[in-house]
Amino acid sequence: MQAGKPVLYSYFRSSCSWRVRIALALKSIDHEIVPINLVKDGGQQFSEEFQTLNPMKQVPILKIDGITIGQSLAIVEYLEETRPTPRLLPQDPKKKAIVRMISDLIASGIQPVQNLSVLKQVGQENQTPWAQRAITSGFNALEKILQSTAGKYCVGDEVSMADVCLVPQVANAERFKVDLSHYPTISRINKALLALEAFQVSHPCRQPDTPAELRA
Amino acid sequence: MTDKPVLYSYFRSSCSWRVRIALALKSIDHEIVPINLVKDGGQQFSEEFQTLNPMKQVPILKIDGITIGQSLAIVEYLEETRPTPRLLPQDPKKKAIVRMISDLIASGIQPVQNLSVLKQVGQENQTPWAQRAITSGFNALEKILQSTAGKYCVGDEVSMADVCLVPQVANAERFKVDLSHYPTISRINKALLALEAFQVSHPCRQPDTPAELRA
Repeated sequence: MQAGKPVLYSYFRSSCSWRVRIALALKSIDHEIVPINLVKDGGQQFSEEFQTLNPMKQVPILKIDGITIGQSLAIVEYLEETRPTPRLLPQDPKKKAIVRMISDLIASGIQPVQNLSVLKQVGQENQTPWAQRAITSGFNALEKILQSTAGKYCVGDEVSMADVCLVPQVANAERFKVDLSHYPTISRINKALLALEAFQVSHPCRQPDTPAELRA
Repeated sequence: MTDKPVLYSYFRSSCSWRVRIALALKSIDHEIVPINLVKDGGQQFSEEFQTLNPMKQVPILKIDGITIGQSLAIVEYLEETRPTPRLLPQDPKKKAIVRMISDLIASGIQPVQNLSVLKQVGQENQTPWAQRAITSGFNALEKILQSTAGKYCVGDEVSMADVCLVPQVANAERFKVDLSHYPTISRINKALLALEAFQVSHPCRQPDTPAELRA
C-alpha cells in the first residue's frame, strides 16, 4: 500500500460520506476508499476496530497527513486549507459566511434529524414521514435563502462547500419521496452540479461498495 | 443608533449561547433581541422573524450589513473578522480537531435533541430521547477529548470546541444525564465556567432570563 495516500472510510449511500467524496474529486485528491456497511452484520460502524477509529461510530472518517478526522465539514475545511485549489470557500468573509450557513443548514439542520440512527428510533412505519418532515422543513428555508444567494450554484457562480452539501441532501430527499417541484432553485442547482464530473465519479451508484442492482 | 451587531437569542438556547460566548470572548459589543421559543406559540414563527431567518431558529446575527444564521457559521465569521483572541488554532491539523469536536456537538448531538425534534417525539419520550442523543455523543466525545485535551478541549487555549461544549453540558444537566461518566468533559466544563465570557453569556444572566432562573 502506498504510503501517505489519504484513506476515506465511506458508505456508498451515506450523504455525509458523499460530501467528502465530492470534495476529494473536486480537488483531484487521489485517495483510497474503505467501505463501511452501515447495515450489514448489524452495522460495521459498530465493530471494535471502527469504534477505535471513530468513537462516534459514523462515516465518513478521513485518514490524511498522519491524522484522523471525523465530521464531514471538518474534513472538507481541512482539505480546503491544505489543498486550496480549486477553492471551495469564497475569499470574501461575508460570502464565506453564507456558504458556511447554507452548509450548516444542511449538515446540522436537516441531515442529523433524518440519519440512519435517528430513523431507527422512530419506528419503521414512522420513518418516511419523519424524514420527509425534516427535509421539507429545511428545504422550505433553503429555497428561500438560495433565491437571494444563488447564481449558477448555491452562492454565486462558483462551486462551493454549500454545493458539496446540497447534492447529497437532494438525493436523500428523493430517497424519501419529497416532492421537489416545490423547490425550483434547489432543483436547478442540483441538476447543474450533477453534470459536473466530481459529482458523478463520487455518486453513490459508482462506489466500490455499491450493490450490483444500484450500480450505474 | 449605529451598526452595533444585533444577536437574536433565546436565553436557554444552547446554540444562541455559543454565539454569546464567542462575542464575549472577543469583547464584541452588541445588542440582544430576545426571541422566546415557547411563548405565543413560539416567537420564531412570527412573519417578521421568518423573514429574518427562514429556518425559524435562533441564533441569528446581524453584523456588518449581513444577516447570518447557524451558530458555527457566525462564530467562524467572527473569527475571521475579529481574530483576537483566536478561537481556532493556526495549525491546520489542530484546527481540524477543533472543528471536528465542534461539529460532533453542533451536528451530532444538539440537532437530535433540540426543541422542534423533542416536540415530535411526544411529551413522555422527550427525556429518554434527549438523554440517548446526549449520552451517545458524550460517550464518543469523552474518548476523543482524552487524546486532544489539555486545559481545554484542544490543548491549553480556549477554542470553538469549548464554545460548543459548555452549552451542551448545560443541556445534559437539564435532561439529567449522569455526568460522572464523563470526567474529562466535566473537568473542562468546570474550568471554562470559571472564565468571565462563559459567565456573562450564561442563560441565567440574559435580558430574557425569567426571574425565577436569574442568577
